Amino acid sequence: MKNIPVSTTINGDPIEFLCGPDETLLEVLRNRLGLTGAKEGCGTGDCGACSVTLNGRLVCSCLVLGAEAEGGEISTVEGLAAGDALHPLQQAFIDHAALQCGVCTPGILVAAKSLLDKNPNPTETEIRYWLAGNLCRCTGYDKIIKAVQIAAEEMRSA
Amino acid sequence: MSLKITGIGLVNMQYARPETAAEASKLLAEARGATRVLAGGTDVLVQLKAGMVEPDLIVDIKKIDGIRSITQEDGGYRVGAAVSGAELGEHAGVVALWPGVVEGFELIGSTQVQGRATMAGNLCNGSPAADSVPGMVAAQAIARIQGPAGTRDCPVADIPVSPGKISLAKGEIITSIFLPARPNHASDAYLRFIPRTEMDIAVASAAVSLVLDGAGVCTSARVALGAVAPTVVLVRGAADCLVGTKLEDSALAALSDACSAACNPIDDKRGTVEFRTQVAGVLAKRAARIAYDRAGGR
Ligand code: FES
Ligand code: FES
Repeated sequence: MKNIPVSTTINGDPIEFLCGPDETLLEVLRNRLGLTGAKEGCGTGDCGACSVTLNGRLVCSCLVLGAEAEGGEISTVEGLAAGDALHPLQQAFIDHAALQCGVCTPGILVAAKSLLDKNPNPTETEIRYWLAGNLCRCTGYDKIIKAVQIAAEEMRSA
Repeated sequence: MSLKITGIGLVNMQYARPETAAEASKLLAEARGATRVLAGGTDVLVQLKAGMVEPDLIVDIKKIDGIRSITQEDGGYRVGAAVSGAELGEHAGVVALWPGVVEGFELIGSTQVQGRATMAGNLCNGSPAADSVPGMVAAQAIARIQGPAGTRDCPVADIPVSPGKISLAKGEIITSIFLPARPNHASDAYLRFIPRTEMDIAVASAAVSLVLDGAGVCTSARVALGAVAPTVVLVRGAADCLVGTKLEDSALAALSDACSAACNPIDDKRGTVEFRTQVAGVLAKRAARIAYDRAGGR
């Protein structure tokens, strides 16, 4: 199998990698680049645990080939905190117990950030629909939605 | 470094990213073995993962010039084959002209899926339950197709053949979908039934596109049903029930009956034949009302 050279920007840094034509972006992130924040829940676009943004759009990285990322800008959960300072969403998830096992959390954080970038003051319904593709099997959604609302409020008043 | 790299396991698969439609078509025409066109990947990558198809060649069409843009043309819009649902939904012009087409497409999948999925891909996947297809058929949308011998235009209605099968020949790809101009007092709507509130596959669906005169009388209509036959079906008899009316109850009842009569659905745990047949008629009636209101009828 011939590996394909790919140049991207990940969390603001220029990153080049080689990947097989059948490798997904999720596999590249986790197995080649050591960015293990994005998780594989299903591998088929159903759970959202692998959520990243590609060129500003929220996507399931399990449904993107690594080769497709050529020239693209990718943001993952690893890029959320500014150095040691957690992003308000991350802090709110911790403070308000919006995670248990944490497998869904990176995807939900990336998805919630992409919502707040677009709409800093979403209603509960808007949050629920936006996050409908992010499944959580342990926390339950109420605390997650609450944490997003609290972070949004904090970010608006910052 | 000897990291274990997984991959989907298709070690012989080739990935190509041509820059012109002609080149893409040539690659596909000359390929031996199975091929897949990759736009948003929301169906293709799932098929690869599931082992439903083991392509020797994947042709990523997203670098083709113009394939990711929406352009105005003859009072309508040409939507590139790689335009995502999110991009379509943010285009005020298309939303204003063809709200039913946009709402059908936006019902597909999660936010993540909308970030990648394309109307052309939804069409080429060949599902009778494809949510964007009834709206396009009702809209008389035209697919532009690039083949080895050049380009041709084909009504979207003539693309699906049977579940999972489409009428494109080897080497042909859809490069754009044209949503035509429409007169004043015209609009469309799409409704589907699913057992949950979000992210499911239609059990039955209906799209209605209407043109009214200044007095609110319907002068032409197109009605298309999804998930109730081996392909999306255009129901001319149902559209005829609306022409010349202001969508009074009797016209809507006739529309509903004509739609139910056109159904030839499967029977499964998601919906029985009787249920799908009845619901398709009810949805057509409701979609017609919404389209009528949107068109300014009263
Ligand atoms: S792992 Fe990508 S959606 Fe589940
Ligand atoms: S915290 Fe365990 S899946 Fe969400």
